[in-house]
Amino acid sequence: MAKPDRGDDVTLNRGRGLVLGLTVALVGGLSAALLTLPANTPRLAETALSRTPESEVLNPVTAVLLNFRGYDTLLEVAVLLLAIIAIWSMARQARVWIKLPDTPVLATFVRLVLPLMVIVGGYLLWLGADLPGGAFQGGAVLGGLGVLWVAAAVWLPPAWFRRLLRPALVIGLLAFLLVAVAVMFPGGLLLAYPPEQAKNLILLVESAAVISIGVTLTLLFIGGIPTRGDA
Amino acid sequence: MLPSATLYAIAGVALFGLGFYALVAYPHLLRKIMGMNIMGTGVFMSFVAIAYRGPEQTADPVPHALVITGIVVAVCATGLALALATQISTRTGITQLTPDEEK
Repeated sequence: MAKPDRGDDVTLNRGRGLVLGLTVALVGGLSAALLTLPANTPRLAETALSRTPESEVLNPVTAVLLNFRGYDTLLEVAVLLLAIIAIWSMARQARVWIKLPDTPVLATFVRLVLPLMVIVGGYLLWLGADLPGGAFQGGAVLGGLGVLWVAAAVWLPPAWFRRLLRPALVIGLLAFLLVAVAVMFPGGLLLAYPPEQAKNLILLVESAAVISIGVTLTLLFIGGIPTRGDA
Repeated sequence: MLPSATLYAIAGVALFGLGFYALVAYPHLLRKIMGMNIMGTGVFMSFVAIAYRGPEQTADPVPHALVITGIVVAVCATGLALALATQISTRTGITQLTPDEEK
């Protein structure tokens, strides 16, 4: 039975009460579990915090993300690439460089804000070593920049620029893999950074990752291989 | 008076519940994808909040690092799901699941 305000979105009448009941039970149960959590339980925090100095970075989250649990992050950067490959293999014909209404306000705003966002993204990346920030936060800002750029279409990129997209997509994973393997050669383990080099390696990996993350997020928004001339 | 971290964690659970209801109760694919996304957001919010366990302890950096990667993976999953839904809709014209038995 269609509700008038939902267009063609026919809601399933049968079992809605059941779903509602289940949802309420789920939320209630999870909330009760949260309220009865013991205050002091063994956690990884003490280990992570006490060994953060070995990473030569002051931000424990960055130390965990890029060093102690580097394996997770490495695979996560691979997931970004996989998502783009999957989307590109479905939508070969790109549809988007959206052209929003061509107002001087929008164009001026975007021209002003784009270089600022590059600086903010880079600053967040640099800050991540010691304070909250890092490749993912910086990459998110760059992704926002990309979306704004695409949506406002202030400058359609020429062919050589679009040829840089693929290298930009893979550079994060490539740099991460190279660093991960390179530290094995003095007799170390995969992803086990030598402490005296840890900060440089983390920043190297993050600098490559921020580019890939930013480009990936923008291309996820476009949802297909960008081409010129169909804007 | 609840500590604010617990309040945030419960708000995350509420978001999770909202998303879960939308995912199961509505047949439209876009609603399901959005529901899944909101469920994920709720999980992240709760996970970040329960990293704070009492004012005398510093926040656990491990859940925070996992959530940072998780958010980006969730964006990818949503993007991929939207691309799949777009393909389903352009190829078949179907935008929502049909009930097994029409009444």
